[in-house]
Amino acid sequence: MWKNFCDAFYLNFIKEDRWHYIADGLAVTLQITLLAALLGIAIGLIVGIIRTTYEKTRKLKVLNFFCTVYLTVIRGTPIVVQLLIMYFVIFGNSRIDKVPVAVLAFGINSGAYVAEIFRSGINSVDGGQMEAGRSLGFNYLETMLYIVLPQAFKNVLPTLCNEFIALLKETSVVGYIALQDLTKGGDIIRSRTYSSFMPLIAVAMIYLILVMILSHLIGILERRLKRSER
Amino acid sequence: MKKNVFAMAIAACMAASLAACGGAGTAETTGAQTTAAQTTAAQTTAAEAGETASAEETTPAETKAEAEAAGGVLVMATNAEFAPWEYYEGDKIVGIDPEIAQAIADKLGMTLEIEDMAFDSIIPAVTSGKADFGAAGMTVDEDRMVFVDFTDTYANASQVIIVKETSEIAGSADLSDKKIGVQLGTTGDLLATDLAGDDNVERYNKGFEAVQALLQDKIDAVVIDSAPANVFVEQSQGLKVCDEAMSQEEYAIAVAKGNTELLDKINGALKELKEDGTIDAIMNKYIPAE
Repeated sequence: MWKNFCDAFYLNFIKEDRWHYIADGLAVTLQITLLAALLGIAIGLIVGIIRTTYEKTRKLKVLNFFCTVYLTVIRGTPIVVQLLIMYFVIFGNSRIDKVPVAVLAFGINSGAYVAEIFRSGINSVDGGQMEAGRSLGFNYLETMLYIVLPQAFKNVLPTLCNEFIALLKETSVVGYIALQDLTKGGDIIRSRTYSSFMPLIAVAMIYLILVMILSHLIGILERRLKRSER
Repeated sequence: MKKNVFAMAIAACMAASLAACGGAGTAETTGAQTTAAQTTAAQTTAAEAGETASAEETTPAETKAEAEAAGGVLVMATNAEFAPWEYYEGDKIVGIDPEIAQAIADKLGMTLEIEDMAFDSIIPAVTSGKADFGAAGMTVDEDRMVFVDFTDTYANASQVIIVKETSEIAGSADLSDKKIGVQLGTTGDLLATDLAGDDNVERYNKGFEAVQALLQDKIDAVVIDSAPANVFVEQSQGLKVCDEAMSQEEYAIAVAKGNTELLDKINGALKELKEDGTIDAIMNKYIPAE
């Protein structure tokens, strides 16, 4: 059995340098996830603030309307379909690097979920905090940035972490636009060696390890932020 | 505490992978020894028990009746996005391969059942016993022969290059630094990878997606089998097929390694069908002689 294992390992990863498919794919996966997460936070923060501002002050009515449409459309359609639309419709008829296309699709998608996370975070901060800030002479935006958001961020950190873990795993569908990420790397090996076990388990393990590292880092950050509560 | 949890997780992972190894090993040996009769017997009982896990197109009652009347069910794995070899017409899979497979099943007195899947899943489906044979315009290829046994060939084919009408690409010599679209796991994929290197090959899940990308100028060329290439070019505007045939290939049906009983049965049926002209008639129906 050990020999079988070694033979399969050689066939799937060593022969013809097939491990390159996994390594290069991992780089693409990480690149897309990181950039999409940043884009998602930026979009989510803006949309989240607009939505809560509307809820609390009834201002920004038009912007709020557009944000609601954005949330409905993005959360109401599957990411694979959004990705294909981005690649074959929005960027149809043009030669474009596929990584930015994927980053844009996943960033816009993630932004919708992050926006709702931030909205619930901002709502979780006691209304008295806003009043205190305003009575000290801060305007609405300043109070938001310096007093409400830092507390909100701490509250939403675990949920935000979940969103990034989900994002990392969701990027596994970029193979649909022929982008060679980690999952597609495994698929290419499978199409060459016709064995399922090794490539799939290897890919699964790498995702698992990435998620474990991510959870661990967020855990450290969470403990750091808790210190201020004492 | 935390370390313990981690150690346990690792141990669990290892146990799982070992178990899976053993499972794969046994699956291989039994897969090789499983005869068509055993497979069909299992499926017949499943149908009788009213379990219709794999009954896609036929209703349980039909499957049961037909399975009892005939010699059992023959499951064919294919990738129905490969006109004219196999494609959907309404909700039915039609084409050269399904018709030949139907003719073979008729000869053997069995009921044909078609499972549509990704092209690169067909061989794993056959080796793991999920399907009895794979027929999908599949080229006989040394690498594939390590994993499956091929029947006698029933058609000739070649890989060709599709480009835009305005393209300067005239043949494989011009492809070296171009972006080439292929369908993952096809012989076109392997050829293009050898020719242009990994970085220049874009592997789509479906052949038509590669053609779509070509239409949108995302790639310079598509390498694919000749018959589907002609269908694609016919159906879309501004594309042409280069004259050069990049390879000479032969299509055959794939069965699990060592399943000589089914292999011999199919070969016998194929021989009869070739002699009585059925295969030629099916081919002419889908690919009119040029």
